Amino acid sequence: MSDAPLMEVRNLKKFFKVPSGMNHAVDGVSFTIGKGETLGVVGESGCGKSTLGRCVIRLQEPTDGHICLNGKDITHVRGKELKRVREQVQIVFQDPYSSLNPRHRIASTITEPLKRSGRFDNKSQLQEEAKRLMALVGIDQRLQQSYPHELDGGRRQRVCIARALALNPDFIVCDEPVSALDVSIQASVLNLLMKLQEDMGMAYLFVTHDLSVVRHISDHICVMYLGQLVEKSPTEELFMRTLHPYTKALLSAIPSVDIHKPMQQIRLRGEITSPINPKPGCRFASRCPYAMEKCQEPQRLEEIEPNHFVSCCRVREI
Amino acid sequence: MKSDTFPEAKTMKSDTFPEAKTMKHVAFLDVKNLEVIYTQNKRTVRAVNHVSFQLDRGQTLGLVGETGAGKTTIAKACMGILPTPPARILNGEIWLDAENILEIPKEKMLRIRGKKIAMVFQDPMTALNPLQTIGEQILEVIELHNAVSRHEGLKRAGQMLELVGIPAARHVEYPHQFSGGMKQRVVIAMALACDPELLLADEPTTALDVTIQAQVLELIKGLREKLNTAMILITHDLGVVAEICDKVAVIYAGQIIESGSKEDIFDRPAHPYTIGLFQSLPRLTAAEKWLKPIEGMPPDPTDLPDGCSFHPRCPYASKECALAEPDCIEIGTGHFCRCTKWMEVRTCQMHP
Repeated sequence: MSDAPLMEVRNLKKFFKVPSGMNHAVDGVSFTIGKGETLGVVGESGCGKSTLGRCVIRLQEPTDGHICLNGKDITHVRGKELKRVREQVQIVFQDPYSSLNPRHRIASTITEPLKRSGRFDNKSQLQEEAKRLMALVGIDQRLQQSYPHELDGGRRQRVCIARALALNPDFIVCDEPVSALDVSIQASVLNLLMKLQEDMGMAYLFVTHDLSVVRHISDHICVMYLGQLVEKSPTEELFMRTLHPYTKALLSAIPSVDIHKPMQQIRLRGEITSPINPKPGCRFASRCPYAMEKCQEPQRLEEIEPNHFVSCCRVREI
Repeated sequence: MKSDTFPEAKTMKSDTFPEAKTMKHVAFLDVKNLEVIYTQNKRTVRAVNHVSFQLDRGQTLGLVGETGAGKTTIAKACMGILPTPPARILNGEIWLDAENILEIPKEKMLRIRGKKIAMVFQDPMTALNPLQTIGEQILEVIELHNAVSRHEGLKRAGQMLELVGIPAARHVEYPHQFSGGMKQRVVIAMALACDPELLLADEPTTALDVTIQAQVLELIKGLREKLNTAMILITHDLGVVAEICDKVAVIYAGQIIESGSKEDIFDRPAHPYTIGLFQSLPRLTAAEKWLKPIEGMPPDPTDLPDGCSFHPRCPYASKECALAEPDCIEIGTGHFCRCTKWMEVRTCQMHP
């Protein structure tokens, strides 16, 4: 990260009201993403990673905290300004089956953002643009007038990517973009995302639960547990020197395709702490093999190694 | 190279899977030459083409392949729950414990299904009835197959829940009160409630997080040891296969294109499709920047290509591949491959 970061998120919070109290979906998350970088966010389902992705591009209103894009605070922008922000940030959703309008043809789906932005109003220009975008993501031109149901999952996800690229954004949130796809198709979509980044230099916030995917694509990784960051580090560092007990357990649970290395799984016991009105202490303490009394106190992210942040009071002892 | 340089290599006719002939004893589950089609709007989808495999008690077979390859259809055929129409079983026999499932009358099948064979469905959100407590749903299976009182049945249901790590007291709760992983475990508890001898698990962990997945896999392994259950595990996650399967069958366009022991498939894959699958995986250890996807798309099952169904995507394909369907070749003991060029492929793999 040379100059000012592209996106800076400080102490972001998103609480949902539920009958039994407040669900702390995202609770005090901070990070920065530089231009052309990829930040991977991993965690179990329900840990708030998708909510985080939606909050930073203002698809959901954060409860508290600040989001700065290109040095400008966009946490509370509205109206025209918000529209301008929307041109810079885009999202690719997990499920390419439900995120495309079944009654829109491919070309019209892809050019929808262009029409909305008012950048192009002339039909032939729009068509040219649709062609360019389809070529960019590798969809055959003959599919322009097809409907989403005629395409397979991989191609649909390419359509979603083309739509996200239409306005030439600086920043794209990828919310589990490949988890609904078969491995061979997953590989080609991942390659496409990385190629586009190389060519166009946008940054990704890559939300996923698949650790091998995240390792492949990210520069930095944030590990989330029940709404909080527990570990944040450059990718290689995280895999070489895993510090937080939760990250360790998470990594140990991945089944390996190497059949000669049996899985050395760290078994987690105990109940998962409820994210509804949580107590102040470490949220992982109830399942953590190293938990002690002092874990009941609030934890904060500490820089243990250069650029490697961990939120665990016992990390030095472990 | 000719196959006579490899004494163990022998060619068989493609429509009879050779394992049946080389093995003397009768397997617990023996699927022979299964062929299933779906007809819809006068189009014929050839979902399963000449599939044969065998499974012994206590063994786990992993069925691996892309979406639409026919994995679930095979499992549903074994369970006798293929919707007919649109499905039609054109050919084949499914022998379970010396009984052909395809010939068992419906009423008798009701007593076998759930008891002797059980299935874990892919999507726990839709496999459970949202209007019934999970205890009731497990109880239903137990009461159907065992002469027990309601009280005893509920006790058993509670035990099953405990077995999969859910407190028995929660049997009065409804599916929406459980997380995805817990629902999946409820579905597993239900499938195991009558100690099935054959368990068909259709992507049992695909919807789960890695930590929960690890717990479920552990559970399945434990049950296999305790009850000596034979199991078919359908998945596209090769990591899961590596973790719990003994045998693997790779399916492409409704055909088993390679099968063998786990070691055969993971250490010595011979079919270009299997090799392609492994290469397209992002690995936790690999340093290469670009992944290697398999070029092209899976074939349209209503219009399968002539000859080898993989040849349009195969980097090793030649003219002959488009002419005749390749035979199933035993390239090592118990290791079968449907590719005429396997030797060339292997040489290329060893000396790239």
